[in-house]
Amino acid sequence: MMRPIATTRSATGIPTGKLAVWWLIASEIVIFGGVLGGYIMHRLGHPDWAHQAIHTNTWAGAFNTFVLLTSSLAAVLAHQAAEHGDGKKAAKMLYLTVVGGLVFLVVKSFEWSHEIHAGYTITSNTFWSFYYTAAGIHGIHVIVGMIIMLFIAADAAKGKELQRVENVGLYWHFVDIVWIFLFPLLYIAK
Amino acid sequence: MSAATETHGHAGHGHDAHHDEGFIKKYLWSTDHKMIGFQYLFTGILMAVIGGFTVYAFRMQQAFPGTHIPGFGRVTATDYNALVTTHGSVMVFWVAMPVLIAALGNYLIPLMIGCDDMVFPRLNRLSYQIFLLSSVVLVASFFVEGGAFGGAWTSYPPLSAKAEYSLTGTGSSLWLTAVALEFAAFLMGGINFVTTVMNSRAPGMRMFDVPMVVWMIVIASILFMASVGPLVAGAIMLLFDQQLGTGFFDPAKGGDPILWQHLFWFFGHPEVYVVLLPAMGIVAEIITVFSRKKLFGYKTVLYTAIGTGVLSFFVWAHHQFVAGIDPRMANVFSVTTLLISIPVAEMIFVYIGTLYGGSVKLNTPMLWALSFIAEFLLGGVTGIFLGASGADVYFHDTYFVVAHFHYTFFPIAFIGAFAAITYWFPKMFGREMNDTWGKVHFWGTIIPFNGIFIPLFLLGARGDHRRIYDYRHFPDLMKAGMQDLRVFATVCLLVLLAFQVVFLVNLFYSLVRGKKASANPWNANTLEWAAPSPPPHGNFPEGLPNCYRGPYEYSHPDRAEDFWPQHVKGA
Repeated sequence: MMRPIATTRSATGIPTGKLAVWWLIASEIVIFGGVLGGYIMHRLGHPDWAHQAIHTNTWAGAFNTFVLLTSSLAAVLAHQAAEHGDGKKAAKMLYLTVVGGLVFLVVKSFEWSHEIHAGYTITSNTFWSFYYTAAGIHGIHVIVGMIIMLFIAADAAKGKELQRVENVGLYWHFVDIVWIFLFPLLYIAK
Repeated sequence: MSAATETHGHAGHGHDAHHDEGFIKKYLWSTDHKMIGFQYLFTGILMAVIGGFTVYAFRMQQAFPGTHIPGFGRVTATDYNALVTTHGSVMVFWVAMPVLIAALGNYLIPLMIGCDDMVFPRLNRLSYQIFLLSSVVLVASFFVEGGAFGGAWTSYPPLSAKAEYSLTGTGSSLWLTAVALEFAAFLMGGINFVTTVMNSRAPGMRMFDVPMVVWMIVIASILFMASVGPLVAGAIMLLFDQQLGTGFFDPAKGGDPILWQHLFWFFGHPEVYVVLLPAMGIVAEIITVFSRKKLFGYKTVLYTAIGTGVLSFFVWAHHQFVAGIDPRMANVFSVTTLLISIPVAEMIFVYIGTLYGGSVKLNTPMLWALSFIAEFLLGGVTGIFLGASGADVYFHDTYFVVAHFHYTFFPIAFIGAFAAITYWFPKMFGREMNDTWGKVHFWGTIIPFNGIFIPLFLLGARGDHRRIYDYRHFPDLMKAGMQDLRVFATVCLLVLLAFQVVFLVNLFYSLVRGKKASANPWNANTLEWAAPSPPPHGNFPEGLPNCYRGPYEYSHPDRAEDFWPQHVKGA
């Protein structure tokens, strides 16, 4: 397929790919807004959920927050390298970001299997329903982000499509920020 | 990139298109925005046939309860619920959305802003394929055990959440899956539309040179993106309630069914404007061309459209006046709901102002455009009764609501679409539609349309509840002439459906045998008329146009011709 001329124009001065990522993030904000808005309204009406929330593993959550934030740093460094035209370094940094996502998911799966063994499943109570649903939707976003990053890193290593490094970075920061909201709401608020 | 290199690059592109593409590549796997627009259009028309058939079956049951209905058989109570639900969901999500936003957006945006395609052609193709999948999933749900979903298109829990209430366990989950897939498709489409218009306009096309219909589709896409998220989240939660046994919407497990109503209507009300605005845009294009006048108040229309969009996020709870909402909160939502009629009325004033003193030509597209204004006005005015919380308590869930809703949605989804199809048909297919048969279809649609819904207003005012399968069990609702009104409405529906055959025959006959159309048969200004009819792959074989002026320079005093196309240079 030949690239349409439409893709080469930029009336706003913002590259089209980046613009699209911002709109994607805008539409994702309201998806998480719906889940979290629903959760917060319920939580305010159910002070008793605190008895459920104490069974979440705050330390594991805190560690995961640290891991995700660090992976976002790697994504920033990848962007910086791509700006300088260093595709190899950008790819390396993106792989590091993916490793961060992987660690996050491994910790998460230990947490979940522990909680499920202790009898706190998605159907136990509406708190746990929200807990698994919100974190689950977030986890899917982490996985999707990692897959996209692997493709972009493979291209970047060959010096191709370097502008995409920044775009996937934006998405990754967004996923990170969602977690920053999930962590206090699901783990810290007791 | 300069215009010269664009022209050069484009020539190569145009040459490319002359290679003979295979059938699949050309019609099914195309990345060309025009073909994707047609895919949406014809899928939408096909789904409209399903939506039309379902309304035929359940209206016949209302008028002649318990009888054998030709082409369907006896309607059972479960069938009835499934038919009503399918009618609502199909007409809103699989007809209005794909035809008004996806089909017209895809077809018109690149042509009207003067470029060769969308900025993400493959994402565009994927968006249609996901939409097609969603249609297949929905149609498949008719054939599973228990039949299609029967919990109304609004899908309120607990009815929708529990199979023992709705009696359609698998059907409900398939319905939800189909709706979620469709939202994913339109999110992709919306991002594509907005970025294309923001970045890929013809050189020289400034913000206020963009044709109104393009603006409207962009605003509608943004509204959709900003409002659908909570419902996507709600759909996941409802799916978990159905399949995993969670209790998000189940009070017995600590959930709350009202949460669904909030999530649904936070999307559901902006959704009305998501489909209304493109229809308003279509009407703006048509009435300027056929009254040969500049749009009276371009910026007014634009700002009121944005105002409508913003306000539409603060009205959703007017659907919940009888759902136990605090009366003080109900007052707030009454006020916001009544406020939203101001910008919409403003738009209608602007359109009437455009017509005033123009040389009006009453051909088929113009008749549709004018009838849109008149019929939608009736829909808007009757909304005032429902927006006032005191009156709504009485009218809620009666046929008054149904009639009001159809006086807004029928003009949007059908009158708007017919206006657009008859107006852009020469461009789309390079042939003209028959104007006489077009007018026959117009009168054969408009008269029975009013004949269906005016009786429903009267029935609703007399307390006719909207979710009743067999009125013979409700003597209060069978009093003096009420059944006669139902029969009258149903007969009008049959007439309306019969006249749609005229449209379909005219459409398909004109596709093959219609008179060849010139590039600009209506003497219109906007850029799509600068391309040949039909435009080839790449749209503008002589190089992409530049834009020199606004889209509505009709009857300019300094010019001999009464139109002044956007791409024509100089005075």
